[in-house]
Amino acid sequence: MSLSDHEPAAPALALDDVSVVRGGRLIWSEGTFEVPAGGIVAIIGSNGSGKTSLLQVILGLLPAASGSVKVLGKPPGEVNASIGYVPQNYASASGEAIRVCDAILLGLNGTRWAFGRTSREDRRRVAEVLDAVGAGGFARRRLSELSGGQRQRVAIAEALVARPKMLILDEPLASLDLRNQREIVQLLDRLHDDLGVTILVVAHDLNPLLGVLSSAIYLLDGHAHFDVLDDVVDESLLSHLYGTQIQVIRTPQGGLYMRSSG
Amino acid sequence: MTTQVVAMGYQHNWWQILTSPFMGNALIGGTIVALAAGLIGYFVIVRNTAFAAHALAHIGLPGATGAVLLGVPVALGLGVFCVGGALVIGVLGTRRADREVATGTILALATGFGLFFNSLATKSSSTMTNVLFGNLLAISHEQLITFAVLLLVLAASIGFIYRPLLYTSVNVEVAEAKGLPVRLLSMIFMALLGLAVTMAVQAVGTLLLFALVVTPAATAIMLTPKPPAAMLVSTVISVISVWLGVGLSAMFNLPPSFLIITIACTVWLVVWVVERRVRPAAKTASGSDRPSAVGDHAHH
Repeated sequence: MSLSDHEPAAPALALDDVSVVRGGRLIWSEGTFEVPAGGIVAIIGSNGSGKTSLLQVILGLLPAASGSVKVLGKPPGEVNASIGYVPQNYASASGEAIRVCDAILLGLNGTRWAFGRTSREDRRRVAEVLDAVGAGGFARRRLSELSGGQRQRVAIAEALVARPKMLILDEPLASLDLRNQREIVQLLDRLHDDLGVTILVVAHDLNPLLGVLSSAIYLLDGHAHFDVLDDVVDESLLSHLYGTQIQVIRTPQGGLYMRSSG
Repeated sequence: MTTQVVAMGYQHNWWQILTSPFMGNALIGGTIVALAAGLIGYFVIVRNTAFAAHALAHIGLPGATGAVLLGVPVALGLGVFCVGGALVIGVLGTRRADREVATGTILALATGFGLFFNSLATKSSSTMTNVLFGNLLAISHEQLITFAVLLLVLAASIGFIYRPLLYTSVNVEVAEAKGLPVRLLSMIFMALLGLAVTMAVQAVGTLLLFALVVTPAATAIMLTPKPPAAMLVSTVISVISVWLGVGLSAMFNLPPSFLIITIACTVWLVVWVVERRVRPAAKTASGSDRPSAVGDHAHH
């Protein structure tokens, strides 16, 4: 009725008593939380705690065993065009046979059937998004010729090209050196500010991300939880989560670090 | 003394041979097969299914020899086994490691059965040789029509699924996340590969097929990373190999399969050697992540 009724952004994620079963085994349950739109959200948990299953539920590739899931206000699977996904291993096998710009273009037209010419507008969009992630310089190179950091930029560009409302990255910092880790985190922060997308990041090492995160989904003892970052960066919670003693260090300059001190 | 050691020599009437009806069929049939190989070859490489393509050719063998046993057309037996085998490999192979073992096992079993069926039908062991090495010169008018229809099916199908197929080939996880039917596309691709192999086996045979379906595509990918251009270059290499091969076979009375495959492989080898010399230079010229990068502390 009123404008404010019309406008409120649907939460990025809304889970109500969700449980996930895979191969007959209960992975996690009692997932009840709402992730507001517009944040940078970490997804954390030990190996096998169900982070990948959560991503698959969000993408509609794995149905929730019970409970209700809403992604951007709709059932999962209906909004995939609005989600940009950066997998852990981006085009590692066949990068020899395709150029960076062709791969990005697939993010725009890869789901279209039948033959069709690439529009000028699509080409312009590819160039634009490559520039936005700092990958304009290697648009015509083969994917296989890229370094790890370049490849991650290209993967992010492909996820962004269709103007998603949500970006999901699976371990985007794994196997990157420190400089590239920092640059990718800065890139995510900038994209978040400029485009207003919600960013979900699966990460084992939170340290490089601590400066930009707003909140975290954590998978602990077979349950899924969500909290703002300040409440997640808690020594006893993190120690429990990682199964080893974690020490949180706040520097006078406002820096925030965690380290294993077990 | 040396002249008659091998039955090879320049045939002065080669143009007459080349323009005879059976050579005409060989040229047209070979061209259709080369077009089919060019269309599918790029995807065989991008999808890492080169071994499956090789195996499918062998899986056709019991189909062909079995067809002789039953008195049905050889091409039909080939087609049923190749497409059927392709679908089985598609179903089995979700994980690559599983697929390799399953494919190799089916390959060996199929070759064994091919030999067995052939031994039962003693009178026509020429079928065996034809399937193993191909016989372009024996291609009939009816086969040409079948080839043309299969090529149309192949081209229309690839045209329709081109972009989603490319997407799932290059980046299966992202394509799946976008909601593309990854498994269905994979099965369709395998069936199309089965069709292409059915045709190619009749031209160059089971044992030599790899060099007509996979090698030109590999050559093309070295020459250009643009997918449509690579498909075009690969098709051109296949077609030229077939034409030159058939032409030379008329000139020197040699088996066309041998010549076609030798030409395709030579082109590959030349491009491979040249590419090795040229490309490392291009790589180091733009090696670092960013030209303006600050010192790379992380590596030290």
